[in-house]
Amino acid sequence: MKAIVTIHRRETIADPEGSTIQRALGDLGFDEVRAVRVNRTIELEVDDATRVREMCERLLVNPVMEDFDIEIVT
Amino acid sequence: MKVGIVVFPGTNCERDVAHALGLLGADTELVWHRETNLDGFDRIVLPGGFAHGDYLRAGAIARFSPVMGPVADAAAAGVPVLGICNGFQVLCEAGLLPGALIANRDLRFICRPVHVRVESTTSIITRAARPGQVLRIPLNSYEGNYVPGDSAPIPVLRYCEPDGTASDAANPNGSIDAIAGVTNAAGNVVGLMPHPERAVEQFMVSTDGRVLLESFLAS
Repeated sequence: MKAIVTIHRRETIADPEGSTIQRALGDLGFDEVRAVRVNRTIELEVDDATRVREMCERLLVNPVMEDFDIEIVT
Repeated sequence: MKVGIVVFPGTNCERDVAHALGLLGADTELVWHRETNLDGFDRIVLPGGFAHGDYLRAGAIARFSPVMGPVADAAAAGVPVLGICNGFQVLCEAGLLPGALIANRDLRFICRPVHVRVESTTSIITRAARPGQVLRIPLNSYEGNYVPGDSAPIPVLRYCEPDGTASDAANPNGSIDAIAGVTNAAGNVVGLMPHPERAVEQFMVSTDGRVLLESFLAS
């Protein structure tokens, strides 16, 4: 099975990449864009998904600045 | 005085640090990241570079290197531990310093001298400095943008104008409160983004890094 981990930088932490993309979209005339946040996705092929949360907490995610979601695809 | 300089795969400033500390009279030894015993070292430095390729996040893999167990033990025992640039990132990831370092505000790698102001003279790298002293030291990083998260960091150095005043323009990477270096609450662990080891001889941009490294050796 596949575990898809999506990592979001917390709203209170700056996202320089998102800000730059937002400016570029504005330069192209997409004035309707209010905010851009760049998330990161990590796909894991696993035999058992029960410990994916632990993997996130120990390594994949920095709790100082990030939150995460886990989606299991069988 | 024996200083252990930790070398991860991808570390690249270890010899500069050894050279600079040697100039100041220290006995240094490079320590491979698989080492599990740091007994006998009076000081520990995590130098700059790209430990484990900076994959995932800068410092995220390095914090699990075997040497980090004894580094944490030494820090808990009060041994002065200094993280420079990538070493600062590793110390944050390891939870030995508060906060995290993210990409520079303008998404550019910064490689130039910057001015920093001494905010505290009680830290292991600023004891020999004057409060408010302005130092000109090379900065060399892409992820130098300090974010404290929910922590209340204790700043040691802040980016500033040449005359010591604060300004947004003088903040090269967007760090919160222009923080260039922090200490832990106990005062024996410090991380900073600029490279003091690159400012120790007459032919370099300045010799302003000396006061930081001399403080570290004397603390």
